Amino acid sequence: MSTKKAGSDTGVREALVSRIAGRHFGRPGGLLPALHAIQDELGHIPPEAVPTVASVFNISRAEVHGVISFYHLFRTTPPGRRTLYLCRAEACQAMGARALEKHTKQRLGIGFHETTADRRISLEPIYCLGNCACSPAVMIDDFVYGRVTPERLDALLEEG
Amino acid sequence: MAAEAHRVFVPRDTTARSMGADGVAAAIAAEAAGRGESVTVVRNGSRGLYWLEPMIEVECDGVRHAYGPVQSSDVAALFDAGFLAAGEHALGLGPTEEISYLARQSRLTFARVGITDPLSLDDYRAHGGYEGLARAVELSREEIIGIVTESGLRGRGGAAFPTGIKWRTVLNAEGAQKYVTCNADEGDSGTYADRMIMESDPFVVIEGMTIAGLAVGATMGYIYLRAEYPLAIRVMNDAIRTAEAAGLLGDDVMDSGRAFHLEVREAAGAYICGEETSMLESLEGKRGVIRYRPPLPAIKGLFGAPTIVNNVITLASVPIILAEGAEHYRDYGTGRSRGTLTVQLAGNIKQGGLVEIGFGHPLRELLEDFGGGTASGRPIRAVQAGGPLGAYVHPSQFDAPLDYEAFAEFGGMIGHGGLVVFDDTVDMGEQARFAMEFCAIESCGKCTPCRIGAVRGVEVIDRILSGDDEAGNLLLLRDLCDTMVAGSLCALGGMAPFPVISVLDHFPEDLRAR
Repeated sequence: MSTKKAGSDTGVREALVSRIAGRHFGRPGGLLPALHAIQDELGHIPPEAVPTVASVFNISRAEVHGVISFYHLFRTTPPGRRTLYLCRAEACQAMGARALEKHTKQRLGIGFHETTADRRISLEPIYCLGNCACSPAVMIDDFVYGRVTPERLDALLEEG
Repeated sequence: MAAEAHRVFVPRDTTARSMGADGVAAAIAAEAAGRGESVTVVRNGSRGLYWLEPMIEVECDGVRHAYGPVQSSDVAALFDAGFLAAGEHALGLGPTEEISYLARQSRLTFARVGITDPLSLDDYRAHGGYEGLARAVELSREEIIGIVTESGLRGRGGAAFPTGIKWRTVLNAEGAQKYVTCNADEGDSGTYADRMIMESDPFVVIEGMTIAGLAVGATMGYIYLRAEYPLAIRVMNDAIRTAEAAGLLGDDVMDSGRAFHLEVREAAGAYICGEETSMLESLEGKRGVIRYRPPLPAIKGLFGAPTIVNNVITLASVPIILAEGAEHYRDYGTGRSRGTLTVQLAGNIKQGGLVEIGFGHPLRELLEDFGGGTASGRPIRAVQAGGPLGAYVHPSQFDAPLDYEAFAEFGGMIGHGGLVVFDDTVDMGEQARFAMEFCAIESCGKCTPCRIGAVRGVEVIDRILSGDDEAGNLLLLRDLCDTMVAGSLCALGGMAPFPVISVLDHFPEDLRAR
């Protein structure tokens, strides 16, 4: 759908990635901050960013790919307009997270690591938001919600 | 000048906000404006009485009175009831300090949490902040480490290693550059003490790290902070900038002539990076694959240099130890577990929240007296202590005192102090399966027993539950747990079997064909 746009933007995007990577190269252990910065800017780390980052950091593409793929919160595909992180960890399990997960997947018609067809919501699992005294918890983009019942989740999804 | 504005406190901590604190703060400001009342809304940290959030406070004649849990829709009625003058209302909780949940605690590390505006350096200083560092700059390195050792402080991340001994190792290690790293990758479910103190009292973490830097001669510190805590990242970064501007970080810390710089590094969602060597790899910008030890990080850590790796709460406990002396801290606690433990009540619990208390109180007291039993009102069936790698504790073990050694005696773990409560609707077979599933998702892949064993663990449990050679597979599961425990380098593969074994031992009726 967006191939055309991506095609025409490729040069611009490469320059952007190169500039961001350049800002963090030289900082000790700068690769993670660079990857975060790229994802903050673009919403994801596109596969074509890998050779650019590798060349700026003077490491192999395999090393860059290896780092990206190791960490759960780096994504290589564009997210939907909003990202819903559903906590799957024990404290939330004790308060109905399994039922909430089932409800959410059914309602959105997608599984984890997927995005709705209208690109409104991406669904990701997360293991603990540190909101364990008010479980179950979800995070939408970077805002955490506590004691989320299926009804409350539906209301939150309607808002956006 | 107009009459002095009423000060109303509305917490800005993640949990308070997750329960609607921002809306309440806005409603109070709007209602006050509408009524012509002069009100200053202070966004403080949370007191940690999380079941009462959003818990607001109003200051009256120097005493703070609490109301909670408050929703935006309650605000007009609170004004009607005269809450600005501590008037009576159904949500009224009385003077905050007299709420028994809080009054029974020993808040040392969390002394300021919930009281102050987290980003006000003036507030921090007015409540004893930077007294520890002021003392440290007058002392020699040996003297600082001597005090920390004397206090009996042990690593609060879970491993409980004596902090003073770790620091001395770094001090004595050869190296032109040394580092202080703060492990803020609080990934254990049921724990939030690190998040809470970073959001509610960030300067205490900075002060603790600065003292650590002075003690070992490190000029650079990193806080490895999980990406799942976006608010904590913002607060810590803001606090660091404020401390720099005030000469409390930088090339000349508190006019001591000594340098200490601090930086937050955002993690990226890998549980394994809470393991110290994996965290160091990640700080170096690599995959978080664990390292073989030795060498210890204290000898060869970040970028090969001698490095302190301490948990947030460990470092945050250092300023008060320096300010008040080793004895003051050591007088709390029992046996070899000295000082206070920050217990975090979580999961299916009626009164969830943070309880800082001397070591040695029985688990039951935390669950029943503080926690008030389950949120659902049903009986407690199990408590997972110490995170996803901790055993499920059976009610017959609830009289065990909360100290490191007593828990180890029955195969339990205090870890980072998280207690996740489950009622009697829990399916312990599912919980055992999840322990293996989580290990499979989060394994760094270095050790085969962990990488492959966890996957096989899920399969074996599925076979047991589906009635495929139950007896044979139960035997196989024990054997597999044994292999993982004995054959993994770090705590993930080495301890993920513990919750499984605890289910086999104490809840066998749930791990059988159904």
